[in-house]
Amino acid sequence: MRTPPCLLSLTLDSAVLNLSNITDLSPLPDHILIELFLRTLRAGKLTERVLKLFIATGKDEVFSLIQALNIQVTVNPVLPTSKCLPIKDDEIDIVIGALNFDLTSFMNVWRPIFSRFHLTIVKDPDLKEELKIPEGFNLDVYKEPDIDRVVGTSTSIIFSGYACRYFGYLVSRKKYIISMDDDCLPAKDNKGFLVDAVAQHITNLTTPATPFFFNTLYDHFTEGADFVRGYPFSLRNGVTCALSCGLWHNLADFDAPTQALKPEERNSLYVDAVLTVPARTLMPISGINIAFNRDLVGPALLPCFRLATEGKFRWETMEDIWSGMCVKVICDHLGLGVKTGLPYVWRNDRGDAIASLRKEWEGVKMMEEAVPFFQSVRLPQEATTAEDCVIEVANAVKEKLGSKDPVFAHTAKAMLDWVKLWKSVGGSSSSPGA
Amino acid sequence: MVEPATATQTAAPVMPQLKDELDIVIPTIRNLDFLEMWRPFFQPYHLIIVQDGDPSKTIKVPPGFDYELYNRNDINKILGPKASCISFKDSACRCFGYMVSKKKYIFTIDDDCFVAKDPSGKAVNALEQHIKNILSPSTPFFFNTLYDPFRDGADFVRGYPFSLREGVPTAVSHGLWLNIPDYDAPTQLVKPLERNNRFVDAVLTIPKGTLFPMCGMNLAFDRDLIGPAMYFGLMGDGQPIGRYDDMWAGWCIKVICDHLGLGVKTGLPYIYHSKASNPFVNLRKEYKGIFWQEEIIPFFQQVVLPKDCTTVQKCYIELAKQVKEKLSKVDPYFDKLADAMVTWIKAWDELNPPTAGSSVPNGKAA
Repeated sequence: MRTPPCLLSLTLDSAVLNLSNITDLSPLPDHILIELFLRTLRAGKLTERVLKLFIATGKDEVFSLIQALNIQVTVNPVLPTSKCLPIKDDEIDIVIGALNFDLTSFMNVWRPIFSRFHLTIVKDPDLKEELKIPEGFNLDVYKEPDIDRVVGTSTSIIFSGYACRYFGYLVSRKKYIISMDDDCLPAKDNKGFLVDAVAQHITNLTTPATPFFFNTLYDHFTEGADFVRGYPFSLRNGVTCALSCGLWHNLADFDAPTQALKPEERNSLYVDAVLTVPARTLMPISGINIAFNRDLVGPALLPCFRLATEGKFRWETMEDIWSGMCVKVICDHLGLGVKTGLPYVWRNDRGDAIASLRKEWEGVKMMEEAVPFFQSVRLPQEATTAEDCVIEVANAVKEKLGSKDPVFAHTAKAMLDWVKLWKSVGGSSSSPGA
Repeated sequence: MVEPATATQTAAPVMPQLKDELDIVIPTIRNLDFLEMWRPFFQPYHLIIVQDGDPSKTIKVPPGFDYELYNRNDINKILGPKASCISFKDSACRCFGYMVSKKKYIFTIDDDCFVAKDPSGKAVNALEQHIKNILSPSTPFFFNTLYDPFRDGADFVRGYPFSLREGVPTAVSHGLWLNIPDYDAPTQLVKPLERNNRFVDAVLTIPKGTLFPMCGMNLAFDRDLIGPAMYFGLMGDGQPIGRYDDMWAGWCIKVICDHLGLGVKTGLPYIYHSKASNPFVNLRKEYKGIFWQEEIIPFFQQVVLPKDCTTVQKCYIELAKQVKEKLSKVDPYFDKLADAMVTWIKAWDELNPPTAGSSVPNGKAA
């Protein structure tokens, strides 16, 4: 039987995970300091800031280790025209909805990218098995009893299946949320390097979006690209980006008919661009690989559109598509931006599209009604926060779509309930739009 | 570092699509040496060369090309007093080539644009890509996150309404540029060394209701669908503004395409842009435009064309009327421009009389 780790060891592990909160290491005894240094190295968490903390202790052993291991501080040149807002790691939450119980390989393959951040894992209440999660992450795990406790058993029903991740959005208290399906792995870019999807999403969210005029060289903040001739100067400052939608290699997010028609089709094209989706243009926002500013648009991502035949494969759901159109309309109204393009993730093959075809395609039919509605909905000027906007959209859904199908009427009510839930459980209300 | 393709002579033999239905329009004031580089891709096609500047100068065309050449004297002779709408001493004069062409499709390219290489090192046949773009539908009503769904290996994503998957006819294909990017003078002054080395492997439809800066360096369009709206304005000699010819045309065609339910694509193909123009000269030309575009853009964003404008010409005349009404107060130049727009349409209709029994399918008015 393996001896359980001693208290000191557990403390050191915890310290490694909480390095972002530590400001002074000098009180530590030498041998503990060295051990902490080595564990930090092993965990891949030796950033410049952390290195400076160790150096500041003035301990010789630390210096000799640094010299022996040839650790060097890489100086990043100051880029005066860079418009990236500086972000602290503790402003970010990575939310994963667990529809598979064994997250070991998923978490391990993302470890180099995820380990710096806080993770929120929400277990699909319909999943019977216990979750398997590897060690070494700073995370909170929520299961059915937790969900019941926070929102009540009658409400918790909305968080089943892919919608479980919304519970994570609800209870997170971080400013930026990055959310990914648990069957996604890091993709490779066109040079063969692994894509840091988190870093790319953060770059997207912290650089301006330009929804009012299309730039033909796409994102202007990338090196080698800028606004082209003819782009009005008054529009070059852009607006805050509230949502970043990534793409997928291998199994792209196609619906079941498309997948069934082209079963061998795998997406390997790496389109090296991020672009702002223009204002008043709608798009299918897939929930597989997204990130958003929770302060600005948190309540607008909602688990309210539920098909009766919704299943456990992405092509049997429309909840994210509905939520996406709400978010886009709300962003357009609040003057916020939505970007699409990089980063890519690699999506594992799973499921049989033809088997899914046998279910009734009510979702597809309902999109035909939903899209014209969203294209024409207009929100009043008084709606200045995401919550207000959701309420307005919900009322419009009830009025214009409620009679066409009971699912719409149900969705409208669910949206109003969601706002109430967000106000009571979601922490402070979202900031008014930019 | 990106470089132009040099060994295009060994490029795989192409089946020249639309050989008898497409004209290549090239404005030039210097020489046409660049055509040697393009020979394998362009030789099957007919060229229309619009010679700007001094008409007494002879422009040498490399042997083996089938072409017609027009200098200023020809333009004056053919259009008479209406020649006033064609710019002088500015590449905007190229739109004369659109007018005299008898073909359905136009591809226009600048004489400092060479063949680009894709990331695998292969020479890019820009014309072939433009043709693919134009012959496949556009999707302006709903954005597809995997870009052009009609490309090999791409498709519509989940959530894309099935009723919108047929798309609409593509009227314009807007290509991009590697190496020297199409920047305005202020950006050129601040970033003289910036080069575009990023090959973005995508074509996408510019959504309805969204304007964009249309560059005339690498452009193709369907003359039947949108030709009369491709007027490149009054620029150059005797005019207060330059380097806004293609911009002006781009805003006009986008508004009209949106109204008539036609599509505009941007992205591939890339060409290699070799020559950076003098930013100080450019600044003098663009100066007024930089201020004026702040008024022009809101104008175009708010333009509403009445339902009875069901042809391109009708749309364009209506647009000219609104330009005169709303933009003249910005500068008397717009008054002149509005008149020139009307002159252009008259000249277009004279040179392109509708054949008996033909009705150009312009699509539904929005």
